[in-house]
Amino acid sequence: MSNSKGLLKIFIAAVCLIALFMSLPAFGSEAQEAVKEAVAETAPASTTPWWVWPLVLFVVTFVLGILAVLGGVGGGVLFVPIIGGFFPFNIDFVRGAGLLVALAGALAAGPGLLKRNLASLRLALPVALIASAAAIVGAMIGLALKPNVVNILLGATILFIVAIMALAKKSDFPKVPNPDKVSQALHITGIYREESIGKDVEWNVHRTPQGLALFIIIGIMAGMFGLGAGWANVPVLNLLMGAPLKISVATSKFLLSITDTSAAWVYLNQGAVLPMIVVPSIVGIMLGSIVGVKILAKAKPKAIKWMVIGLLLFAGTRALLKGLEIWK
Amino acid sequence: MTENKPKASEEQLAYAGVLNIGMWVGLALLVVTFIIYVSGALPSYVPIEKLSEIPQGSNVPYWGMRAHEFNEAFKVPHGWGWVSLVGKGDYLNFVGIAMLGGLSILCYLVILPILIRKRDTPYVVIAILEVAVLTLAASGILKAGGH
Repeated sequence: MSNSKGLLKIFIAAVCLIALFMSLPAFGSEAQEAVKEAVAETAPASTTPWWVWPLVLFVVTFVLGILAVLGGVGGGVLFVPIIGGFFPFNIDFVRGAGLLVALAGALAAGPGLLKRNLASLRLALPVALIASAAAIVGAMIGLALKPNVVNILLGATILFIVAIMALAKKSDFPKVPNPDKVSQALHITGIYREESIGKDVEWNVHRTPQGLALFIIIGIMAGMFGLGAGWANVPVLNLLMGAPLKISVATSKFLLSITDTSAAWVYLNQGAVLPMIVVPSIVGIMLGSIVGVKILAKAKPKAIKWMVIGLLLFAGTRALLKGLEIWK
Repeated sequence: MTENKPKASEEQLAYAGVLNIGMWVGLALLVVTFIIYVSGALPSYVPIEKLSEIPQGSNVPYWGMRAHEFNEAFKVPHGWGWVSLVGKGDYLNFVGIAMLGGLSILCYLVILPILIRKRDTPYVVIAILEVAVLTLAASGILKAGGH
């Protein structure tokens, strides 16, 4: 009962916050028209004081951090479409911040996951090499594209992620009858303690070449949109390559610390990083994640998962329509 | 009764150890430098209040401009040029960001001797290549086109 009340409070808070942002002067076509008129006249300044934005950004990212944990997604995948769609920041700076948000989250989670042997260095290193090289290419493409094109592609990608989240099955312990030659040569195998059944679980992977090939695409998309890539990493590691779900989730999270690093450097070197956007976002998401983990221990987050899917559906549609100049 | 849980490999634990320390130092730096920035304790290269202002002849605020337009407007240096501006409140924040960005390279360099000692040749090659990739990304040599 108290759980459902808590979830309801989070839901109401999230809806109120989104409604609040939509009502701020910089949002919506009316506001943009007003801004244009103001420029056409004489006023060079925005009506909203500068400090409002980092403050609102902190509050929003705090809520996103909670929702990301409860919805089982990375912060970056929520951050870019929502902040890009509803804040007055250019999508270049939002993507730069999105990568750093995902990077900070992965760096924070990495040590614990590696020490507990849930994230596997042997699985992550070959994948990271491919994905991080591809992420550089993605970042360069992303920064070269026009914002409209980025928004259209981003919107389409987010809607694709929604479909994956809604439809994709997960397998706790996939069967790997014959590990492939590449995984055998690289000794990509491991053993971990599965606390839910109180046993040690040995695991192997298969279809490694196919998996590595897909990480080229995943890396490019991560760099291009600044999304992080847990939404794609986990299905490939789990469903295609056959790593157990816990190993896949943990390795994916750790993997982001390397993949996003390479793309983040490109954004940083191209001047697409604004501390005023980055720092409140990182702190907000991380604090929100800590609160989210505490709520997660008590709550059954299936309803939240669908709420996150709804939020992504809305944000993805917004990005798509913004790119198509239908909803400016 | 204590059970022997499967343990992570030596290189994995070494990687985790460096990551743990570096991550906390980087995040602490990020927060401290941001407080210095917004408090105005150090002057900013781009004044904070300018970010939300709409320049004459434009319909978006400075932080709504594309990155290359913003850089042109304020003559922001490219690549590692920010190091020369580290005495400014805004660019001081880049120290923590760069630290977080450089952490993975450091972790790879830490596990490299362990992999070499174990004669794990494929992973030695992978680790060296990864350091090269991340160093290339960090170098600022790569340029993305702008419009």
